[in-house]
Amino acid sequence: MARTALQPHATPPDLIRNFCIIAHIDHGKSTLADRMLQITGVVDGRDMRAQYLDKMDIERERGITIKSQAVRMPWELDGTTYALNMIDTPGHVDFTYEVSRSLAACEGAVLLVDAAQGIEAQTLANLYLAMENDLAIIPVLNKIDLPAAQPEKFAEELAGLIGCEPEDCLRVSGKTGVGVEPLLNEIVTQLPPPTGDADAPARAMIFDSVYDTYRGVVTYVRVIDGNLNPREKIAMMSTRATHELLEIGVSSPEPTPAKGLGVGEVGYLITGVKDVRQSKVGDTVTNAAKPAKEALGGYRDPKPMVFSGLYPIDGSDYPDLRDALDKLKLNDAALVYEPETSAALGFGFRIGFLGMLHLEIVRERLEREFDLDLISTLPNVVYDVTMDDGKVLTVTNPSEFPYGKVSSVTEPVVRATVLAPSEFIGAIMELCQQKRGTLRGMDYLSEERVEMRYTLPLAEIVFDFFDQLKSRTRGYASLDYEPDGDQVADLVKVDIMLQGETVDAFSSIVHKDKAYAYGVMMAGKLKELIPRQQFEVPIQAAIGSRIIARENIRAIRKDVLAKCYGGDISRKRKLLEKQKAGKKRMKNIGSVEVPPEAFIAALSNDAVTKK
Amino acid sequence: MPSALPDGDPAPSDGRLPQASLETLGHHQFGLYLHVPFCSVRCGYCDFNTYTLTELGVDGASVATFAAAALRELALARTVLGAAPVVDTVFVGGGTPTMLAAGDLARMLHGIREGFGLAPDAEVTTEANPDSVTPEGLAVLAEAGFTRVSLGMQSAVPHVLRTLERTHDPDNVERAVRAARAAGLQVSLDLIYGTPGESLDDWRTSLDAATSLAPDHVSAYALVVEDGTKLAAQVRRGQVPAPEDDDEAAKYEIADDHLASAGYGWYEVSNWALRDDARCRHNEGYWADGNWWGIGPGAHSHVGGVRWWNVKHPNAYAARVGEGLSPAHGRETLTDEQRYDERVLLAVRLVDGLPIGDLRDEGRVAVAGLIADGLVDATAALRRQRVVLTRQGRLLTDTVVRRLLGLR
Repeated sequence: MARTALQPHATPPDLIRNFCIIAHIDHGKSTLADRMLQITGVVDGRDMRAQYLDKMDIERERGITIKSQAVRMPWELDGTTYALNMIDTPGHVDFTYEVSRSLAACEGAVLLVDAAQGIEAQTLANLYLAMENDLAIIPVLNKIDLPAAQPEKFAEELAGLIGCEPEDCLRVSGKTGVGVEPLLNEIVTQLPPPTGDADAPARAMIFDSVYDTYRGVVTYVRVIDGNLNPREKIAMMSTRATHELLEIGVSSPEPTPAKGLGVGEVGYLITGVKDVRQSKVGDTVTNAAKPAKEALGGYRDPKPMVFSGLYPIDGSDYPDLRDALDKLKLNDAALVYEPETSAALGFGFRIGFLGMLHLEIVRERLEREFDLDLISTLPNVVYDVTMDDGKVLTVTNPSEFPYGKVSSVTEPVVRATVLAPSEFIGAIMELCQQKRGTLRGMDYLSEERVEMRYTLPLAEIVFDFFDQLKSRTRGYASLDYEPDGDQVADLVKVDIMLQGETVDAFSSIVHKDKAYAYGVMMAGKLKELIPRQQFEVPIQAAIGSRIIARENIRAIRKDVLAKCYGGDISRKRKLLEKQKAGKKRMKNIGSVEVPPEAFIAALSNDAVTKK
Repeated sequence: MPSALPDGDPAPSDGRLPQASLETLGHHQFGLYLHVPFCSVRCGYCDFNTYTLTELGVDGASVATFAAAALRELALARTVLGAAPVVDTVFVGGGTPTMLAAGDLARMLHGIREGFGLAPDAEVTTEANPDSVTPEGLAVLAEAGFTRVSLGMQSAVPHVLRTLERTHDPDNVERAVRAARAAGLQVSLDLIYGTPGESLDDWRTSLDAATSLAPDHVSAYALVVEDGTKLAAQVRRGQVPAPEDDDEAAKYEIADDHLASAGYGWYEVSNWALRDDARCRHNEGYWADGNWWGIGPGAHSHVGGVRWWNVKHPNAYAARVGEGLSPAHGRETLTDEQRYDERVLLAVRLVDGLPIGDLRDEGRVAVAGLIADGLVDATAALRRQRVVLTRQGRLLTDTVVRRLLGLR
């Protein structure tokens, strides 16, 4: 532990080390981070909360980090005190862009791998990103206290990947603290200090931006050139918007105001803005009075990749859903939405997400933090539809997919990387084939582990690829993907009709070869889920006017309770009272009553996967 | 396992009832139900509150002491109800009431007569297992004042009885009917349809067998797989197919045709009588807002809009009444809304139906649609201003009730 910490603004770049930890979801990153906070003395044992850095409940429960933060820790080596900035990175594929910005704020990365599991696809992808950014990499095997740990084996794997010797891999246990001090020492010795022009106009890169109910938006930055000081006027270079700097400081790990931030330093800014969209990840902050000429590279707007309709089960909750989305948006620059009306589901919103985890998190937050009961439609990707007359339509909702006179349709594709034990190569190839994938390459990481690279339509990944991959590889395979442009594909819209009436919520855009299977699956599913009505209800799947699958829900013939004596009367009445309470939740498709549970079950990916 | 009791409010330990409820006593039929919670074996489909002797244990309530416990609750009823209403109907059910000695049943009826007085034309029924009745026992019952016996025939087809785990020999039904007749008792037969493995012809066989005995009354119930029963476990494990609504609907129609051609008229969804005066008046009380007191473990009662139910276990029951406390486990005081709902759901089950004028607006509005859908009899609605169910309507009573209550 260092005796005295260096003061921000007055820390020479030579004494600063900026690093992040690259790890897979459950490989122990947060536990290691907690241990570092404790060993460097910035958090004492009493205040220690498990996984200190993950602030949101959902994050802590799932053991994953969604939003990154940066913590400044003092560390002494050979009599010199250094300031270590640990920049926590999100660990999921949906947040690749945010990861890339976090990496850009660092000079080095700790590559943390579970010594019992080896490296996962996600980690590999982030490692590539880090190496492309010329970051120094410190390979570390974690959880060496586990009986199942095989540090020798996985040290070989890591050495093969990054081109070092197996013995260069450090061995730690975030849980017990073993090896964490040597790791801190290595961070000081192996990572280069930041460089920058202290006299140039200020340039700082935003790598995270978080909404706080009390303080407004808290913006995390890494200063590249010059310096930022309290009460200056700052400017955002992408929008030219200017703000008063109300507070500037560092997290250690609670926010601590400072006299400013100099070259190479990492800290936070508070300007009083209320919406993270005014402080975008990747943007460059400069001094409004003495602005830099050029922004730092790499900025881009978040682009939603997956869309889904969200509807309140109880239609009267619609205004609450709108308010909730407005609030979530403050903290989520990637969240986009617009009102949408579904004949089947009523009023709701079409929402764009970065990916499937982002979708799940948003839905869960809406349900948990805002107490809303929601139905979400099957997620879909964005299609560009070129009409015969040359007009191009962008379709984010399958029900808007045009009929006829379509000359071509393009869909987004991704470059996917799958890591798995080599025994599953056949199973993975078969799956990727079914999912319209093209093999781009394959490498052995070791004798038993293989990396397979595919181009896949994003729509297939969004559908059920990951679940299938997991089930076909007994959970061993890991997946990473990144957008890789568009491709023209033979896509059609399959509509589902109840009693001849199209149920917009069930329309789906699928590849022509899969339309039949989708129609049969959905019609069969609905037959199971929709209770029998007093009349026969035909369920049809159709492409345009062509029926491709058909099921019938036979009319109900009997629902009477045979015995209605003494105690049966109360029971029956209570049942009716329950039905009264549930009545307003019923959705009507024409004259067919569909309980919301049927929509939820029919629209869940679970229902799709089980088939 | 017996089914669970409903949720309700706690019942006062002395069983006291609000004055408003008591005031209804003179204005409605008053019945006593006596629940005998014993069986020699438990049938696989049964979720009634009944126990075999081995389940109760040696120190538990026994068949011999049960009559005494029931008489104690009878005394409590007498105190709570104050000026004792004359009893119009008595129904002894179970379990297997004939597990009790005929003398015990007679003693309890005597207790009722002593405590309350029995109307001169009182209907006094006991359920009975065809295997456990004897001509002598039936004679004792008739002598004591019983007027009617309801025999659990269920089916005349051996493999169906086996699936139901009924132990009786089909020939015993005929013997029991003859013996009851000889003793001067009216006879009702209970049938069950929809048992897994029962064909339509099997069901016709059972109906033939029942009507050939010319009982005064027939009840026919669709088999319901109740949670917690052995049958439910067998269905869950796939050892036995689940009963199907469509099959049961077909069998209901067969029963209704068959019974009608044998001279039986339906007067409630599951009940048919050879003559109007052969209807079960006790059960009619349940459907026509009558008052009744249910004596015995798990028995339900209703007096003037208050419903309550006793603790289920015979040992707990014996302990409560032994201490002079009400054995009631929970009760509910119905709101006007709840009483209306109950009235609609019960009255439509009856051949006389429900006066349209008694319906609220949403119910009156629904009648035309119900006629159009063939669920409500047009003639009864137009000529008599009553909602009377067609046969299709009887099969879809739940739908009709929901629509009359504005639930769709």
